[in-house]
Parts: sequence; C-alpha cells; structure tokens
Amino acid sequence: MIPFTVNDYEASLHYALPEIFLGLAACAILLLDLFVAGPNRRWTGVLAVIALLVTAALVIVQPLDSPVLALGEMYQLDRMAQILKVAVLVIVAVVFVYSIDYLRRRALLKGEYFVLGLFATLGMLVLISAASFITLYLGLELMSLCMYAMVAFDRDSGRSAESAIKFFVLGSLASGTLLYGMSIVYGMTGSLQLAAIAGALEHQALGDNIGLLFGIAFIIVGIGFKMGAVPFHMWIPDVYEGSPTCVTLFIGSAPEIAGFALAIRILAQALGFSQPEWSQMLVVLAVLSMGIGNVVAIAQTNLKRMFAYSTISHVGFILLGILSGTALGYAASMYYVITYVIVATGAFGMILLLSRQGFEAEQITDFKGLFSRSPWFAGMMAIFMLSFAGVPPLVGFWAKLGVIQAVVGVNYTWLAVVAVLFAVVGAYYYLRIIKLMMFDEPTDAERLDGSALMRIVLSGNALLAFGLGVLPGTLIALCQRAMQ
Amino acid sequence: MFDGHLLSVLIWLPIIGGFVLLGFGNERAAAARWSALAVALLTLLASAPLYTGFHTDTAAMQFVERAAWVPTLKSQFYVGVDGISMPLVLLTTFTTVLVVIAAFGSVEKRVTQYLAAFLILEGSMIGVFVALDAILFYVFWEVMLVPMFIIIGIWGGPRRVYATIKFFLYTFLGSLLMLVALIFLYLKSGSYDLLVFQRLALTHHEQVLIFLAFFAAFAVKVPMWPVHTWLPDAHVEAPTGGSVILAAVMLKMGGYGFLRLSLPIVPDGARTLDWLMIGLSLTAVVYIGFVALVQQDMKKLIAYSSIAHMGFVTLGMFIGFRIAGTTGRQTGIEMGLDGSIVQMISHGLVSSAMFLCVGVLYDRMHTREIKAYGGVVNTMPRFAVFMVLFAMANSGLPVTSGFVGEFLVMLASFKASVWFAFFAGTTLVLGAAYTLWLVKRVIFGPVANDHVAALKDLGGREFLVLGVLAAAVLGLGVYPAPLLDVLRASTQQLAAQLIMTKLGP
Repeated sequence: MIPFTVNDYEASLHYALPEIFLGLAACAILLLDLFVAGPNRRWTGVLAVIALLVTAALVIVQPLDSPVLALGEMYQLDRMAQILKVAVLVIVAVVFVYSIDYLRRRALLKGEYFVLGLFATLGMLVLISAASFITLYLGLELMSLCMYAMVAFDRDSGRSAESAIKFFVLGSLASGTLLYGMSIVYGMTGSLQLAAIAGALEHQALGDNIGLLFGIAFIIVGIGFKMGAVPFHMWIPDVYEGSPTCVTLFIGSAPEIAGFALAIRILAQALGFSQPEWSQMLVVLAVLSMGIGNVVAIAQTNLKRMFAYSTISHVGFILLGILSGTALGYAASMYYVITYVIVATGAFGMILLLSRQGFEAEQITDFKGLFSRSPWFAGMMAIFMLSFAGVPPLVGFWAKLGVIQAVVGVNYTWLAVVAVLFAVVGAYYYLRIIKLMMFDEPTDAERLDGSALMRIVLSGNALLAFGLGVLPGTLIALCQRAMQ
Repeated sequence: MFDGHLLSVLIWLPIIGGFVLLGFGNERAAAARWSALAVALLTLLASAPLYTGFHTDTAAMQFVERAAWVPTLKSQFYVGVDGISMPLVLLTTFTTVLVVIAAFGSVEKRVTQYLAAFLILEGSMIGVFVALDAILFYVFWEVMLVPMFIIIGIWGGPRRVYATIKFFLYTFLGSLLMLVALIFLYLKSGSYDLLVFQRLALTHHEQVLIFLAFFAAFAVKVPMWPVHTWLPDAHVEAPTGGSVILAAVMLKMGGYGFLRLSLPIVPDGARTLDWLMIGLSLTAVVYIGFVALVQQDMKKLIAYSSIAHMGFVTLGMFIGFRIAGTTGRQTGIEMGLDGSIVQMISHGLVSSAMFLCVGVLYDRMHTREIKAYGGVVNTMPRFAVFMVLFAMANSGLPVTSGFVGEFLVMLASFKASVWFAFFAGTTLVLGAAYTLWLVKRVIFGPVANDHVAALKDLGGREFLVLGVLAAAVLGLGVYPAPLLDVLRASTQQLAAQLIMTKLGP
C-alpha cells in the first residue's frame, strides 16, 4: 500500500500523540516522585503502569486506513507499528507490576527505575514508528542509554556496575557500527528516508553493489548486536546475570520487540531489494544463534544465564522468518517475537515471585520441589517452559510452526531441519526445570510471597500463553494483516 | 446421541474431566478415584456407539466433524474414524478404565494428579486416532507426551528421571522431523487435510525424503530396532498404569502413523524403502526375541517381547509391496494389513494384561526380579490361571487373540517369500521360549522363599480387571470376525492405494 503523506504539521502531531503523551507523563512522574517517600514510592510505579496503559489505549484508538507518513516524512504509522507498540506498552506495564514487590523488598524502590523504564519505552515507540535512519537511530539510542543506566541501578552492587560498563561499551560500539553502515547506505543512495532508499535501490539497480553490501554488513552487525544474535551475543549472558532481576526482566522483554522492528524497518523496508544478499548473512547468524544458544544453555546452572542463552536461541528462530524475505515470513517472525516476549516475561516473573528478602531464586536448583510448595505456580512455570520448548498446544509451538513454514516456503528445507534439531536440544534444558519442580523434593519450605496483584497478573500471563496456544488464529491473522 | 459430536465428546470429556480432577487436591483421594472412574466409564460408554453405529461397507470417514480452528493456516478441527482408527479408539477407552480401576489399591502418592494425568492422556490419544487434519494430529501427538512424561517422572521407579527425559526427547526429535514433512506437504497442497495429502502427486525424490521424515517419527514410537532403546527404560521405570497405557495404546501410535500417513501419502517412497522396513522388522522379531530371552527383570522381558511383536506389525504393513511384486494381486496385501491391525489390538490387550500381572506381583513383593519368585501357583492359584493364559496369548496360541494376527501376517509373508516367512516364524519358537520360560520360573516349581509363601491371592478388584481382559483376549481369539468386518473396507482401500503409483511432477 502506498503511504499517505501528511504535510500539515498540526495534523502530523496528531499521529504522534501516544509518544507525546508518554514523554510528558514520564516527565510528570519524575517530578511527582520527588514528593513521595518510602513505601509510598509504590504509587510511582502504579502511576507509570497507568501512563503506559493510557498510551496503549491512545495507540489503539488511532484511526488507520492506510499507512501514514508524518512529521516531514520522519515518522510513520502502519498496522505493524500499532500492534508492536501495543505489545511493548502492555509488556512494560506487566514488567512494572512484577518489579514493584521485588524492588521494595530490596530497598531499591526508587522512582528512577520507572522513569528510566518509561523513557526507554518512549525510545522503543519512536524506533518502531521511524521512517528515516535519523528517527530510527534516535529511538534506538534513547532506549539503549536508559537501559545502560537501569543495569547499574543497584549502585552498591559491583556486579551490576561491571555489567553496566560492559553493556555500555559494547552497546556503543554496536551503535557506532550501525551508524557507520547507515552512512555508507546514505552515501550510496543519497537518502536517509527508508522509502527513498528502497526507491533508489529499485531504480538504480544497486541491489548487489559492492559498496552497498559493505554498508549492509555493518548494519547487520549492529542489528545482530541489538537483537543478541551469535556471534554478537557476548553481552547478553553477563548483563542478564549481573543486573537486578527486575532489570533483566525489562531488558529481556520489550527491547526484543524493538530489535525486531529495527530489523524489519531497515532490512525489509529500506533494503528489501538486497534481500538475496542480506538473507545469506542472516542464515549464518540464525544457525549459529540456534546452535550456540541451545547447546551452551545446557551447561548453565544459573537460571538467568540459562534464560540468556535461551534468548539467543530464540533470536535465531526469529531471524528464520526475517531471512525468508516474504510477507508471511515477516509475519511469522512478528508473531514469534510477540509471543516469545509474553512467555519470557512470565518466566522472569516466576524468578521474581520466588525471590525473597535477601534471597535471589536465580539458581536453577532454587526451583526444586516447587510442585510441593505451590502446585499452581509450578503448573504456570511448566506452561512457560513447555511453551519455550515449542510443545503444542502452547503458544511457542505456533511461533515455531510459523517460522519453519516460512523457511520451507522459500526452499530452505535443510534450514528447517537444522532448526528442529536444535529445538530438540533446547527441549532438554526446559524439561530439566520441569524435572526439578515436579520430580524432586523441595530443599526450601518457605511459602511464596508476592502481592495478590502480582500473582493474578502472573497467572493471567501463563493462561494467556495457554489460551493463545489453543486458539492461535486471531493473533496470527493480526500479524499477517500487519505485514501485507 | 450427541448428534454428530460424538468424537468431540470422546476427546474433550476425559480432558476436561482430568482438569476438573486436578482441582480436587490430594486430600480428597477417594472422591477423586470415584470421579475418575466415572469419567472413564462415561467415555467408554460414549465410545460404544462408534461400534454399533459403524458402517462396515465403506472405507469413507465416518462420524466426521469439521469446524474452523486456525483459518490463517487453513487448519481445521477435522475429525473422523474409519475401520483402522475405530478399533484403536475403543482400545483406548477400554484400557483407560482398567488403568483407573487398577490404580485403586496400588497408587498412594498424589492419587488425584495421577488419575488426572491418565484422563488427559486418554483424551489426547483419542485425538491422535481421530484427527484428519495434520496440525490437529501433530498437536495431539505432542500433547500426549506431556502427561506421560509426568507420569513416569513422578510415579516411576528409581531411574525414572533418566527414563522419562529419554522418552520425551526421543519422541520429540522424531515428531519434529515429521512436522517439517507435514509443512512441506501443506505448502505443496495448500491444505492441512490428511485426505488431500493422500491424493497429492509427489515426485519420487520428495516421496523418499518425506517417508524418511515420517519414519523418524513413527519408528521411534513403534519402536523399531535400532531406535527402541527408550522403551525398556521407560517401561521398567513407569508405574504399572503407565506401562499399560504405554504398551497398549502409545506403541500403536507408530503403527497407526504408518497406516494413516506413510503408506497412503507416499506409497512410492515406501515401496522404494520397503527392504529397510522389512529388514528392521525381521531384525526386531529375531534379534529382540533373543534379547528378551536373557532378561532378569519381568517388565523388561515383556517390554522386549512388545518390540518383537511390533516387528510383526510393521512386517505385515510393508510385506504388501513384495506380495504385489510376486503375485500382482491385492488379496495378500489386505491379509498382511488385517494381520498387523489385529496384532496391534491383540498386543494392546495381552501386553496390558501382562503388565498388570507383573503389577499384581510387584504390589505384594516390591521386586520385579524373576529370581525373587518361584512357585507362585502354590500361594496364588487364581492369579496363576490368568498369568498362564496371558502368557499363552503372548506366544500366539490358537484360540487366543495373539494367534489371529500372527497367523495372518505369516500367511501374507509366505506369499511374498518363503524366507520372510521363515524368519518371521522364528517368533513362534522364540516367543514361546521366553514367555513360557518366564512362567516356568515365576509361577511353577516349589515355593522359592518365605516372601512367596506369604503371598495372598487376587483381590476382587484385581480379579475383575484381569477377568475382563481374559474374556477380551479369548473372545477375539475365538471369534475375530467382528473386528475383521470393521477393518475390511478400509484395508481394501489402503491395499489399492499401495499398488497404485502417485508419482507426479
């Protein structure tokens, strides 16, 4: 569909209303936080959740008949943007709900966590709606800088500080690489605007121009880093392990969606005519990510590290859909990333639920005998793990089905076989968690605490993973329509 | 009754019943037991109309239901039965009742969850047998693994964790390869309808690859030599009920998969590779027969005997291509197919009975070592009668159900080649040897020790369960005609599909 360009500035602002609202709300919450103290800080979190949900509502009510280009062709709004934004906003709201208790118990309940989180979310929204390399980069950096600060949030912890520095240095390097690639592409095509780049590639037959390939390679490195694909994955395990768990939860969830948007905006939208070239690079990244992620995860004893490698392996699967270069493949990846984030949020939520004052449930053995302590939440965790493993009828199965269908559809059947073999390897360490929960006796008899709100949201999260698995049609259809 | 929703009822009644049961908690064990029995009996009752209302004169799908499910993937909730799947559904509902009754006295730990797992398992197994949509088939196929994984893992023996993870990963690997093949077929045909797949023309190369992918899934499940090693482990560690369901129904999934998917969808691929299938089947019959002979553990012995019997099942399915080659006629092929299906049903009854017998002894003595027993007939005469009867059936004695299937498959292999019949025939010797030797060592002879001397004979519940099974084994052996009538139309059609080629661009 040809986008509808809005030249009138005031009408343009109307389309960016959710972002404007969220930015103002974040500033207001930053100010309000000065006037509350102690346990009342909880209200900062509640306000942040409300702000996110209101923003989500604003996104949903935006009328959208055809894609819109606004704000001097720097900003675009299409169906994909709408769905991804709603997903990001709701997920971040759930993350905040899970975090409040955890922060309070560790005397970390400060307004900055929520305010930084809100600004990072704003960055993701801008990135998702970017129509030019400039906006894309702005959104990406706003998100990344906030996340660097969040990792170092527990300022007395040496481990957190170390992770934050690592994250910051490697992250800046990747941003620099991405920017370098963008500048080469700009040099070749003479435009920063995504649609104009695509037009230039089409008319000047630049698809396999060597200079352009050079730029694409740098861009792929940047995207690979931001998404966490092998061999650019080194930061993930350390940052996941070193951050306070609620920050790990934040980093491991919504930014994955933003990473996907980054890949689609650049690769599919701007560089779609070079698809044969970049898809070969992605094949390598995907196979390595699925392989190394799944195999190394087996050796982990720290749950956060294990989830880190599991994330890497799932990134491999997400890349499968993107590299197929078809609308169905993009839709399959979009479905994969949204459902993955839903499940990952729940799985990290379980770690937060099991943690107590002075105790982090971050070793996998901390889940021993959970079934005797709380059959309900052991069941919920089993849903998350089986969904990660791709066992039907859970939502993870449909995600895998979609991306495998996409690669078989473009005659990469061997890649599909490789993917399923690594999925079996992955099933092992997810089953190990179930084994610890269900078959072993507990070593820790403490009751689970955690507020009623958190318990309800966490249960809802698991039941959503189950419900979307039994009736997957609607979300798949939404994703396919978004990518048409 | 149920006006065209009979199969849905059969799938969802036990599954929903199982989830409701989970809400009972372990404190109300008695209530849970009776409710589980009620659900299982209701399901059995509900499955009766499948037989009474079945039309034996057509190979078309019956009791068909179709509803939209995942429209974007063109996948439907599409179910139906024919002569091949209907007896297997009845076998599932029947054995589940027995397992629930058998659990009354012998399971004490987390009873509610145990029974709930079996009910959920029952619903998903029925789902596999009746699904006519590839995705629906695959979903039930995998769902089934989860309750079994938990049953072995929680209620199993000392090495249960190793056994259950091995069981899960083995089957998961095979089925994911099958999934890739199903996706390929979908992209070729534009639908996930299994009957559409059967009409789809495929090149020879594609057929061979798809056959191998299906083979990975089904051979593990059957299990065929050399991918059988998960089975003895799983059986030995599983609780009695788990072993019964595993042997009676889950092993039939593999055979059913060959009949429903491999043979009709890729007949030319199967024809090319029939030497592989026949070779592996005969290896299972001969080699595994010898392996069974040297087992020290009763459950392991029966597990290996299951593998040998399943070798017969796959032999009956794939011998048809050779018969077509030598005689060029269809009748021998039908005989082989009939034989392998009857053998599946019979093995379902006999092996569950054998595992229940071992369970009876294990509940009393807490050991499955053959050496620990001897002279059981002196203290448990009624039990000895049943055990000897089932042992005879296991070795294929005439008038028991074990005979019918073996005989048909033997006749069919004779039509193909005397040598196939010769190797298949070794089962008559080996099967008799390992089963009867087991009976001799456990049942007969003088009382071996004080523990055996203190054994009490069957209680009413155990007598009921074994009595029902004995009646079924003898009934099917004396008068197999009703089962063969049900099969006839479907196996005729399948035999016709086998001799035709569906090579295409």
